[in-house]
Amino acid sequence: MSGRVIAAIAHRVLHQLRRDPRTIVLILGMPPLLLTILRSVFDGRPELFANVAVGLVGFFPLLLMFIITSITMLRERTSGTLERLMSLPVAKADLLLGYAAAFGLVAAVQATVTATVTIGPLGVEIDGAAWLLVLFAVVNALLGVALGLFASAFARSEFQAVQMMPALILPQLLLCGLLAPRDQMGELLQAISVALPMTWAFDGLARVADGEGLGTSAVTRDLIVVLAVALAALAAGAATLRRRTP
Amino acid sequence: MQHSAPAVQVEQLTVERGGAPVLADLALSVAAGTVTGLLGPSGCGKSTLLRAIVGVQQVRSGRIDVLGLAAGAPALRRRVGYVTQEPSVYADLTVRENLEFFARVLGVARSRIDEVLELVGLEPHAGHLVGRLSGGQRSRASLAAALLGEPELLVLDEPTVGLDPVLRESLWDTFHALAAAGTTLLVSSHVMEEASRCDRLLLMRAGQVIADETPDGLRRRGGSPDLDQCFLAIIRASQPDAEVVR
Repeated sequence: MSGRVIAAIAHRVLHQLRRDPRTIVLILGMPPLLLTILRSVFDGRPELFANVAVGLVGFFPLLLMFIITSITMLRERTSGTLERLMSLPVAKADLLLGYAAAFGLVAAVQATVTATVTIGPLGVEIDGAAWLLVLFAVVNALLGVALGLFASAFARSEFQAVQMMPALILPQLLLCGLLAPRDQMGELLQAISVALPMTWAFDGLARVADGEGLGTSAVTRDLIVVLAVALAALAAGAATLRRRTP
Repeated sequence: MQHSAPAVQVEQLTVERGGAPVLADLALSVAAGTVTGLLGPSGCGKSTLLRAIVGVQQVRSGRIDVLGLAAGAPALRRRVGYVTQEPSVYADLTVRENLEFFARVLGVARSRIDEVLELVGLEPHAGHLVGRLSGGQRSRASLAAALLGEPELLVLDEPTVGLDPVLRESLWDTFHALAAAGTTLLVSSHVMEEASRCDRLLLMRAGQVIADETPDGLRRRGGSPDLDQCFLAIIRASQPDAEVVR
């Protein structure tokens, strides 16, 4: 592993992103816009909106980083640049950490913008620290990067890569407790939801909104669970990178 | 040419793809400091052989020694340069940005970027996006990236496809200058006029090397001053054997 190579890859990925202003606008602009629309949807029930909005601050980075990462990595695989990198002194961990660093940074900016809009103009009051919301969002983004890297190994085309999203990400949104409280779900779904990282992220976000901080063990536990799953998914992603291909 | 150890030594190499042999019990040797041409009809396994030598191809069995180490050994990733048939550079970055990235990965000085740009004649296009370049310019950008680390062995898969004769001539001058400085070059091609510029020629057919000669030796064996004719004669003569392999 080499810090120089990780930095080179992160720098290059961000450079490519900078060449694509439309994507940047979509990454930073869409979540606040969607939340603003949702605010009107829940016009008569602001307390329900507050609950959903806090969950979505954490969900958007997961979703977008999954899509962006799976497609950029797939491009890297199909354009031959991955084969070139694998023939150079680049460790698989360098590549994955380079990507994770670049997109983690983008996610931090996105989450900060989204959280600021949610707490500010949209008037959602949270009792805990706002930076903890952003921290959960960034960890979720890393999870998205890791799952995206993993998914790209099983997609032959960009079309297929996008189709992985409903399979890997949407169930987490449905079961995490954001749409309906988990204790009102069927027992089987409850059991499944415990195994999904977004469930823990949403639990943590809701606790932060209720005023809990890192001092309480539950928030720390939630953060560690999501981070651990993200690292495990990164390791699984590394296993799908092969220097030698058929 | 046998005064030093060969740069590449392949013995009993078998590569299968989808159960069918692509390379069958192949053997060859590439002398250090020479320009060796790898020729043969399309689909005969040239690219697969080059990928195996670089260490990015899954092989069934056999031995490949590259610069005294097993092909694909981590220590070789700095010493072997590889240019794939499809240019493996980032289309959404400029030529210079691509080279800056690969220079960072390799840890070579930035001054080297201007040197390789001059070597491949791309200085006027250094600031252009790779995606907007012509096919020939793009493959030269890919070649430039491989030259950055001053590799001892350069493996080039059809590097002159899509180049005009003037440019092709100047690239071959570059290849010979590199060889004179001690670099070993293994170049696949299907352009016969390029074959005459190689020190040694390896002729492949159906996954096997059927001739290993100097251009003059090949002319004697094929009974014609025209290398095109010699190739056809030798390939036709090898036909019965090849059918057995199938």
